[in-house]
This record gives sequence, C-alpha cells and structure tokens, in this order.
Amino acid sequence: VIQGTTAPRRLLPPFTEEHEELRQSIRRFVERELAPHAHEWEEARWFPDEVFGKLASVGFLGLKYPEEYGGQGGDYLHDAVFTEELAGCRSGGVAAGIGAHVGIATPPVWKFGTEDQKQRYLVPAIAGEKIAALAITEPDAGSDVAGLKTTAKRVDGGWVVNGSKMFITNGVRADFLVTAVKTTPEGGHQGLSFLLIDKQDGVTASKIEKLGWHASDTALISFDDVFVPDENLLGEVNKGFYLIMANFQWERLLMALGSVAAMQRAFDKTLQYALERTAFGRPIGKFQVLRHKFAEMATTIEGGRDLTYHALRLFVDGEDATREVTMAKLATQRACFELMDTCLQIHGGNGYMREYEIERAARDARLGPIGGGSDEIMKEILGRTMGL
Amino acid sequence: MSATEQVLKPDHGTKRRHFIFTEEHEQLRESIGSFVVKELAPHAEEWEETTFPDWVFQRMGELGFLGLTMPEEYGGQGGDYYCSIILAEEMAKSNCGGCAMGIGVQTDMAMPPINIFGTEEQKQEWMVPAIKGEKILCLGITEPDAGSDVAGIKTRAIRDGDEFVINGSKTFITNGHRADVIVLVTKTDPEAGYDGFSLFLVPMDAPGVIREKKLQKMGMHASDTALLAFQDVRVPASAMLGQEGKGFYNIMWELQGERMVGASGAVASAQRLMERTLQYSLERTAFGRPIGKFQVTRHKFAEMATKIEVARQMVYTTAWRIQNGEYPVREISMAKLYASRIAVEVADECIQIHGGAGYMKEYNVERAWRDLRLNRIGAGTDEIMLEVIGRSYGL
Repeated sequence: VIQGTTAPRRLLPPFTEEHEELRQSIRRFVERELAPHAHEWEEARWFPDEVFGKLASVGFLGLKYPEEYGGQGGDYLHDAVFTEELAGCRSGGVAAGIGAHVGIATPPVWKFGTEDQKQRYLVPAIAGEKIAALAITEPDAGSDVAGLKTTAKRVDGGWVVNGSKMFITNGVRADFLVTAVKTTPEGGHQGLSFLLIDKQDGVTASKIEKLGWHASDTALISFDDVFVPDENLLGEVNKGFYLIMANFQWERLLMALGSVAAMQRAFDKTLQYALERTAFGRPIGKFQVLRHKFAEMATTIEGGRDLTYHALRLFVDGEDATREVTMAKLATQRACFELMDTCLQIHGGNGYMREYEIERAARDARLGPIGGGSDEIMKEILGRTMGL
Repeated sequence: MSATEQVLKPDHGTKRRHFIFTEEHEQLRESIGSFVVKELAPHAEEWEETTFPDWVFQRMGELGFLGLTMPEEYGGQGGDYYCSIILAEEMAKSNCGGCAMGIGVQTDMAMPPINIFGTEEQKQEWMVPAIKGEKILCLGITEPDAGSDVAGIKTRAIRDGDEFVINGSKTFITNGHRADVIVLVTKTDPEAGYDGFSLFLVPMDAPGVIREKKLQKMGMHASDTALLAFQDVRVPASAMLGQEGKGFYNIMWELQGERMVGASGAVASAQRLMERTLQYSLERTAFGRPIGKFQVTRHKFAEMATKIEVARQMVYTTAWRIQNGEYPVREISMAKLYASRIAVEVADECIQIHGGAGYMKEYNVERAWRDLRLNRIGAGTDEIMLEVIGRSYGL
C-alpha cells in the first residue's frame, strides 16, 4: 500500500457532518413528498399550495431564519443543503417555486424589513401560511433594471402603484409580492424602491406557458391603481437597487448549487442507464466514446462544484464574493444545459421520451443561462470588475 | 453609466486567501515569487536559445526551494503538500516554461519516489544532494515505442548475480542531458504483466548510458529534453528503488504528483498571461478606445477569468484532499485535464487579443502558447485523463 492512499473521502468544506444529517432528512422528504408527484404536477402545470404547508411543518421554509420568527436558527449553509437536495424532486418547476419563496422573496423581508413587516410577512411565510414572490422583471425591462416602469406615486398615507411585472415565479398563487417600483421616475438606479404588496383588487395575475419549469407558476402581473400603505415600504425610498444587488448574490449562488446538484443527479442516472443498456454486444457505457463523454461530464461537475463551494465559503464568511459568485453562476448554468443535452443523447430515443425525464431536465436547465441575470450580464459584471 | 459601475464596488485588487493557505504559505509564496522574478525571469529570452543553466538548481537549493515538502532530516523544509503547489505556481513567473519544467522534474517527479520508496542509503546518496541542488535528477518512463501505454515499455533489467543488466531506450526525458541520476522504469519480469516492473536509480555516468541527442521541440525551448539509450548498463541490486515488481504501481503514484504540478503551473501561467493581456488591451487603442473596452473583448476576459478560476479551485480542492491523506486519482485527473485545456485556450485567446503583435516573438505570448501546449500531452494526455476518469466510474 502506497503511503497516503487509504484515507476515506472527506466532506468538502464548508460542509460538515452536521449538514449531512440535515441532508438525509431533506432527501427523505423530497423522495417521499415531492418526487413521486413530479409527473402529475408537470402535467397540471402547477403544484399544490399545500406543498408549502408540508415544508413548513418540518421546518424547511425557515432553515436560515432566527427562531424568534419561527425559523430553525440555522444559516445560509442549511439553505444551501436544502437547495442541493431539492434538485432531487425531479421537477425544476417545483424546485423553482419553493426556491423563489425561500431563497429570493423572503430574504429581503428578513434583511431589510421592519419588525412589524417581519411579523406580518416573514413569520407567516416561514409557517407556510403566506406564499411569497419577488417581482422585479417587467415586459420591457429585465437585465436592465434601470429601465423599470412600474411606478409608485406618493399619496396620503402611502403609494399608488401602476404597471406590470413579468416572469414572476409564484406570481399567481402568491399572497404577497416583494415588488420593485419606481419612486423617482427620473432617478435611474437611484429611483427604485421596494413595496410589499398584498394580493388584492387591482392586482391581476395570469399564467404564462414556458419551454420548461412546467410545474412552476409563472405569471404576468398587472397593478391597476393599487394602494400600498406607508408601512409596506421595504427598506429605504430610492435604495431599492441596493436590495436587488444584495439579493442577487444569494440567488445566483443558489442557482449554481442547484445546477451542480442537478448535473450530478443526471450524471448518476445516465451512468446507470449506460451500464444497463446494451448495444453491439456490450453495455453502451463501455464504448470509449461514451466513457469519455462521462469523463467530460464528471470533470464539468467537479469544476462547477469546486468553484461554487469556494464562492459559498466566501459568501458565508461575509466577504464580498461578487466576483466568485458571478463566475460560479456563469460556469454552471450553460454547463448544466449542455450536460443535460449530453445525457439526453446517451439515452438515445428514450432520452427524447417524457418517461425518462431527461428531456424535462434539459428543458428545465435551459432557463439557467437566462434567469437570475443572463450569462451575458454575468460577463459584463466580470469584465467590469477587471476594469474593462 | 451602467448598473454595475454604480453599485458594485469591485474589490478585485484585494487577494482573498483560499482556505487551504496560511500566512506562512503566503510568505513562502512571496519569497519564491520575488526570487523567480528577480533571478530567473530576466534570463528567459536568453535561456530559450541556450537552455537554462545548472546554476539554477544550485541557487534554488541554497534557498531551500528544492526540498520544500521533503523531511528536514534530509535537508528539506518539511512543508506540507501545499508548498509544492505554491512552487509550481510561482515558477510560472519565470516566463520560461522550460525552466519551470526542469525544476519540476527535480522537485515533484523524480524526488518523491526516492523519498517514499528509497532506502536510507539511496536517500543519502541522491536525495540529500538533490535537495541542495548539487545533483540533478531525471525520470525515465516514456520510450520511443511506449508513452501513454506504460505497460508497453520494453527496457529490460535482467538479474545477474548481485547486479542487474539494463538494456533499452527512453525518450522525451527532461533534464536528460544534465542529470546525475535517472529514476528508471524497467521491466524485470515480462511474464508478470503489471507486476513485472521495477524502478532503478541509474547513475547517468554509468558505462553504457548514452545521451543520444537533444530533442528539438515546439516549445519549452529552455528545457533539456533527451533521447537516452541503455546498453548493457550494470547496476548493483541495491540500485533498485522500491520493491521488485511494484514499479508500475509506484510510477502511477508518482504520476499523480506530476499531474498536480502540471495543473498548478498551467493555472498560474494562464493567469499571468491573462493579466498581461489585460494590460495590453487597456493600452492598445483601436477605433477610438482601448480594445479592452469593446464588449466582445470584455466578454473574452470574463470567460477566461472564469475558466481559470474553475481550474484553480479544482487544483486547490484536490490539493486539500491530498494533504488530508486521500489518493484522489479521479480528481487529480480532472484538474490536470481541465487546467491543461483551458491554459491552451487562454493562451490562444491572448494571442488573438494581441492581434499581429501576439504572433510576434517579442510579446512572449506565442511562446506561452507553445509552452503550454505540452500540458495537454505530458504526464498523461488529455485522452488518457479521460480514460482514467471514465474507468473510475466502472466504464
């Protein structure tokens, strides 16, 4: 035995044994409560609201939130584990709907909200009693948030909101919308604010059909003279852009974590298929070309994971990880889609069939290079951090 | 003004330390780096023509850089595995791939097998002076008819009483002309398959060792690359390194370290090249602005930086596994494969951004590309890495 060849594999930092216990319990939940319904929910273009209640009953909606608000008192790493395991639910749409609530719509309330707002929105959200959505993108403005047009006009005791929001995950079912509005129309980035808007008369949501993420509820929402009281202003007036940017780091990290986990699952499943399926007298995985395809995929996953965990470690240590998070998002999203396409190819005709769920994974993965800031925006950010 | 300019406060100037490194590592990095910049880099051009001189070994030996991870009792520094990574990264500042490779063969290819498998006498005879830079090492695996397929090597060592008689040839041997000793892979039992290989420490001045020719290469011009012949070379049985019949497994172990060093060097070289090119793109103007300010060029840099960071994290994560006693062959192969590929891609992109200047010798970009191109071949080709990774999944 050569020295140094016998040590057991260790968990990659920042994760520890403590996280493994949580991982196992989330995995069991996902396998029992979510995965078996994936097909049905994809067909229905919807998953039931009760899913949020079930997740809340086991504490998964508040893993990182303080106990005083009904959370589990954990930290970002617990949410990271949750995100990785959600990839096992077999439906990008289900993961997206849950992720939108836990990962992107409630964190701003936690970070920027008043105590009163936390009691009214964060507490019921953690309890699964209110479903949240984050509403930023509009029909005419996505990547370029300075171009948002939904306005909030100052009136006595509050604001009146008019405009529309597009591609809003959980938009139809949401009880409240964490909404970006223009409070100073000529202010550009400095004219944005956030309002907590309850579902009410004047707020109309309609579903949008998509390439993938079928089980998720994606909405076009319009606001028609919607009154929002002063106490629902989230954070400071005209400081909304800061909120968006702060939120993006975690959202992008979650996307990177989710994609790495999704890639690993697709890889494992396809590997098994390639060892069982025979052609020309041997398992197809034993052909050199396929062996190399698997090696390429495994290398992609390993690189994506190593970079994502590096960004995650910096992020949880409180460092400005903008560069690393941006790179992690960029490096994993297109890679995930390409990897799903390779898995589909290895499955041959079966890959094209719904039953094997690879075509779904490929469709779901296509959103990655678009959502949460497109690949092109990631490159703009990175280029600018280099002074270009 | 764009969104990102207004709000993001880029801190790319600050260097965030990776968790595997301590303050001591940073000091070591600083001291190797400044040595390389001051004493090696200024000679890079000259050494491309002449190959780098032997004094580099002696000087680095004096400074303690040749035995960073070796035990102190043999004159080493007793450092952890990360010190090897740091050396490989800092050597990239020499702008001289051939020099970095010659040193790498000494420190991370030929020396570790002596340290791990060698007897006390062998360590005293070869490792102690090698750490001092007084003796130069090389490693002989590849043959004219067998490279990737190590099991196909034909160099024979036949027992004759208390001696072994060696016949065969080795090629592409870095340091082959200047070396004092070679760690030689031979076949001792042709019937035994993978169990039929043994390693020897063969003095390069032994009768019958013929340094045939200095091989001309595409790049790595500063390194000395030899074709060697062994004709009835007699060595005592005590020259055997490690157990008889274990040579194949021992050399496979050696290759892991070699691949890591190659990957680390590739990442560092790509990083340097990108930084130099970034500088160029901010100075060079076309159509009224620095070329780096064109969106297409900006995105090229974003892509290069991302690839380099992925490769670096693969190397560091794998180094962490090694330091913790794992034998992560799969991850080492992945890091080596990915880092080698992206380094060549980055080098090519940097030539492109330099335009005509990139094609000229003066800017050193074409040389970096020629040097880095070896990484996808040496220490196991890309294709062999893919085989190793694929087979690790039972394929």
